[in-house]
Amino acid sequence: MLAYSVRRLLVAIPTILLLIVACFFLMHVAPGGPFTSERPLPPQVLANIEARYGLDQPLWKQLWDYLYNIVVHFDFGPSFKFKDRDVNDIIAQGFPISLTYGSLSFLFATAVGVSLGIAAAIRHNTWIDYFAVGLGIAAQALPNFIMGPILILTFTLWLGWLPGGGWHGGQWQYLVMPVIALATSYMGSIARITRSSMLEVLNSNFIRTARAKGLPTRTVIWRHALKPTLLPVVSYLGPVFVYVLTGSVFVDIYFSTGGLGQAYVGSALSRDYAVLLGVTILYGALTVIVNLLTDLAYAWFDPKIRY
Amino acid sequence: MNKIIRTSLAGLLSSTMITGAAFAAGTHPKTGEALADDQTFTYRILDEHSSVDPQVVEDVSGAEIVRDLFEGLMNQDEDGNLVPGVATGYTVNDTKDVYTFTLRDEAKWSNGDPVTAGDFVFAWKRAVDPELSSPYAWFMELMSIENAAEIIAGNASVDDLGVKAIDDKTLEVRLSAPLPYFPQMTTHSTTFPAPQKVIEEFGDAWTKPENIVSNGAYVLTEHLPQERSVRERNEMYWDNDNTIIDKVVALVINDENVALTRYLAGELDRTEIPAGQYPRLKEEHPDEAISFPRLCNYYYTFNLSDGGPEAFKDPNVRQALSLAVDRSIITEKVLAGGQPEAYTFAPEATAGFTVPDVEMASMSQAERDELAKELLAEAGYGPDNPLSFQMVYNTAENHKKVAVALSQMWKQKLGVNAELANMEWKVFLEERGNQNFELARGAWCGDYNEASTFLDLLQSDSGYNDGKYNNARVDELLAEAKTSDDPAPLYTEVERIIAQETPVIPIYHYAGVYMMDSDVGNWPVNNVEQNWYSKNLYKLAE
Repeated sequence: MLAYSVRRLLVAIPTILLLIVACFFLMHVAPGGPFTSERPLPPQVLANIEARYGLDQPLWKQLWDYLYNIVVHFDFGPSFKFKDRDVNDIIAQGFPISLTYGSLSFLFATAVGVSLGIAAAIRHNTWIDYFAVGLGIAAQALPNFIMGPILILTFTLWLGWLPGGGWHGGQWQYLVMPVIALATSYMGSIARITRSSMLEVLNSNFIRTARAKGLPTRTVIWRHALKPTLLPVVSYLGPVFVYVLTGSVFVDIYFSTGGLGQAYVGSALSRDYAVLLGVTILYGALTVIVNLLTDLAYAWFDPKIRY
Repeated sequence: MNKIIRTSLAGLLSSTMITGAAFAAGTHPKTGEALADDQTFTYRILDEHSSVDPQVVEDVSGAEIVRDLFEGLMNQDEDGNLVPGVATGYTVNDTKDVYTFTLRDEAKWSNGDPVTAGDFVFAWKRAVDPELSSPYAWFMELMSIENAAEIIAGNASVDDLGVKAIDDKTLEVRLSAPLPYFPQMTTHSTTFPAPQKVIEEFGDAWTKPENIVSNGAYVLTEHLPQERSVRERNEMYWDNDNTIIDKVVALVINDENVALTRYLAGELDRTEIPAGQYPRLKEEHPDEAISFPRLCNYYYTFNLSDGGPEAFKDPNVRQALSLAVDRSIITEKVLAGGQPEAYTFAPEATAGFTVPDVEMASMSQAERDELAKELLAEAGYGPDNPLSFQMVYNTAENHKKVAVALSQMWKQKLGVNAELANMEWKVFLEERGNQNFELARGAWCGDYNEASTFLDLLQSDSGYNDGKYNNARVDELLAEAKTSDDPAPLYTEVERIIAQETPVIPIYHYAGVYMMDSDVGNWPVNNVEQNWYSKNLYKLAE
């Protein structure tokens, strides 16, 4: 298993390198640059700025310098838009925020989603099942960019219980709405996947054997049914974990949380090349690591899988 | 008269030395209104500001913060008039190309150091220094400071800039051309002083709250990017005793509807009203929904370059399209925020600008439509040979609404097929700048309060003239206006030519459409540039 992990991580290096190169060239192909503005800069001023950031160099040289600085100095370059911060600052400031509300949303969506799914499957075709399925579909049908404004209207304007946005170091009042808004649609999907997977498992032969042995229902569910039920859920959760971090742009826009999602989209729109690349690399690396963890988790959930 | 009373009152008050603390639970020294205990002003900004470095900042929300943190030679009052800032006044020589500013003795940086003429010299040299490569270096060029253009181009040393500290309190500026409105330009953030010692010590990080030293009424105390920035009273500010607001909080809220909800929940004192919602909000909150004219225009420009469509080379076609636009539908039904209809390029709100009597403005819409049909038929377009073109705008809900309305008006009245195309902002700028369009949206906000800031866009060699309109007479008039003591009639003639030749279709002029808490006092609605200073505001007791 260790050898497998090391092999996977080694493969990740060329993958991320390829990602950087592809992203770098795509970025430069996009019309306009970081200093294109409604008030076009006089050519001399523009030339001075481009010289300052090395944008007057040929593309291959820019790419080489960029990679060199990352590998040797772990420096992801300056932001073109925010003059007093570089990419390292922006990630150091935004990523912990995204990670906090992203992880909480992930835990919330998983815990509630799996519980709902299991309850629905065990009480198949009862009111619990209908309730869980109804809730799951409703949650899935409400993407976070709809949930955001609805929550703010309800809890900030009408009820006056929660502040409408901000971060304030992650105090709980400021976390509630972002976490719920981000979690709901994933929660709905997780509930549905869990439910159908559990139903399938409960109809399988080994469960029938377990019941025939006279095991109590609780043991059958927890000891025998749960692990195989969660297998498809886990393969869904891997990408979800990356989505709750990358998809957080809506949360950042609606709740002014200051996370990395806004920096990601903002940098693409303002052609802030270094920030865009830096965040892309971070998300790329995160995807690689989470995929590896997901694969390793399979081995634990399914005795048939061995690395 | 009013002004005289106000000035003498201010003089009286500053001589009685009222302390800042006395305001907190008291009454306003000039108006006598009861003041709130909590003097915090909280407002929404659309996007994270680019910087609070005066020589680097390039966006409106950043400039608003910089105007509070730093103070330049001159300030603007509530009506946009020039009032003393760090300078108590200035003198100018007969040829109007050497200005000498006298700095006040009591002006201090937030660390207690005196503000000297040397701080301005340092800042101005910094602004043109190719090494800093300020995106606003061109502003120093626009100010006609001697050698600014040469330094930016790398053909002269920074030390050759025409600015000199005669002594600690006297600043001399030499211009390459006489510029009557030069003092007005010193209210712009690029010209604010910069603390040399601090910048040399911390480099680019000098603007972080823990490092920054500033000379304005406020100091930056907190900055959480993409979330909030906080500025608080600067005890060292020379006019601190007359400053009432203690703390100003700028919250970044990207979505304007969320911002409105948070305003209604009482979290904000000011936010913008989304298009179309002004009438409803005005009815529900008559004291809070406000609308006032601003120094910006909104127009469509024809591509008149050689590569542009043949049809637009005919002035009749251009005029027909402009005539058929029912501006009142756009301003009253689509935007509904009290925006003035536009028949000229420069807004009526521009200082010293008299709107000329353009023929179109005095006609009824029915008459305009009739004339439009005639002109288009004369140009050879009709049901058998319909005019077709593409109109582009940058992706945004409001621009789309306006574009749809325009194309419908042209379709229904003239049978013209206008195909809509939207582009992401930077793509749009690139395409428009390279004349890869037929008809394109445009908008412009004045850099200073004078008609040339708009009309220069139509000068044939202007870098901003994306439609490549070229009229020798217009160029001549605009060149003449630069040094004229009374440029108003020249501007009027330019507008008449534009109305005749229609290189652009003016649609409307902007309005500031805000929800403003009724306890905010003295918001400068008459300052069309919206250069506001927190030190002039106050919060009333509820």
